[in-house]
Amino acid sequence: MSATIDYLLHLADNAVVLGQRDAEWCGHGPILEEDLALANVSLDLIGQARLLYQRAAELKGDGTTEDQLAYFRDSQAFRNYTLLELPHHGALVGYAVADRDYAATIVRNFLYSALMVHVWDALQTSADSTLAGIAAKSLKEATYHLHHSRDWLVRMGDGTDESHARAQAAVNHLLPYTEEFWTVSPAEAAAVEAGVGVDVRSLRGAWDALVNDALAEATLTRPQVRGYVPQGKVGLHSEHLGFLLAEMQSLARAHPDGCW
Amino acid sequence: MTTATLEQVWVALEGLTDPEIPVVTLRELGILRDVRSGPDGLVEVVITPTYSGCPAMGQIEDDVRATLENAGIAARVITQLSPAWTTDWMNEAAREKLRAYGIAPPHQTKPDVSVVRFMRRPAADPVACPQCGSTHTVVTSQFGSTACKALYKCLDCQEPFDYFKPY
Repeated sequence: MSATIDYLLHLADNAVVLGQRDAEWCGHGPILEEDLALANVSLDLIGQARLLYQRAAELKGDGTTEDQLAYFRDSQAFRNYTLLELPHHGALVGYAVADRDYAATIVRNFLYSALMVHVWDALQTSADSTLAGIAAKSLKEATYHLHHSRDWLVRMGDGTDESHARAQAAVNHLLPYTEEFWTVSPAEAAAVEAGVGVDVRSLRGAWDALVNDALAEATLTRPQVRGYVPQGKVGLHSEHLGFLLAEMQSLARAHPDGCW
Repeated sequence: MTTATLEQVWVALEGLTDPEIPVVTLRELGILRDVRSGPDGLVEVVITPTYSGCPAMGQIEDDVRATLENAGIAARVITQLSPAWTTDWMNEAAREKLRAYGIAPPHQTKPDVSVVRFMRRPAADPVACPQCGSTHTVVTSQFGSTACKALYKCLDCQEPFDYFKPY
């Protein structure tokens, strides 16, 4: 049971953190259509997170609610991939400010949705039938997210010198963070053992094929990746998650009994 | 509150439409899945969510509850995730209503074209303009005014229009 809850929280935290990040573009999109697109992607992700938190809360069975899981846990308790909490620009310290770069947004959404189409597809046969139901819905949504981000990746990479340079810089910056996908956390191992989760390592070949094909069409180079492997999914986050959560959680914490 | 027959519940809910697309009913959209007798004899109304984050779902559930209450029907509303909602559940009459309202209806989904096997995106079927019927159309954006719609433009009559995306 606790293996299932930990695994659900990993999936839910992924969705809510990227949903919150992408929502930063709402009202600030590079063009109106992309403003709408990112807001829609965020809605899907936050909707997925809600369903997953609701299931986790139900399994906890101690009166915990979805809101408590999203708004009243601190950064060390979050189990999302580090990739998803990074700001929409290149490497900076947590409190520094830079303009958002849409190339970083698109590359991240592509790398993540290229993984999630495979994860959700596999989870349709999860031993947890509620998770299997969520996976069947999320697969349809992740497919649209993949189409959207892949189209823009190709458009930017195979575009102007400026868009190509920015897309390549974003790939160089973000691809190393995907190494975290392929390590198996204790929560994932337990969920796989229970038949609830999927062994991500089995998805690597399919993910590589999707990524290599898109990068080639976008005339981008896949950088060699080595060195530090992020550990966000075991709770060791970058300096950026705390700032993201501070914004996301402040309203709920200021009015803990509020409802709408 | 009275004990209504299942038929009476269906009739009471028949007039309920989608809050964003008021020309199609919840039954036609496949959101209203079932009306059945629960294990304790209470009527159960089964609805299924569309997109995970669709903001209209809360309104839809409220509408169902309010309609039942106004009709004096005691019932339980159950949200069911599986099988996942699909636009394939919309019948031809509902599709025609969408078209008349100015929204291009969704194509049938293609379960054989698995996303997991696809590399390049499969060529999309042409979407017919709901105004002039031309299939000489282009996608402006895969994401439109609501989660379930894409933005298209007709190259013949020049009208922009919404396309209800296959899901």
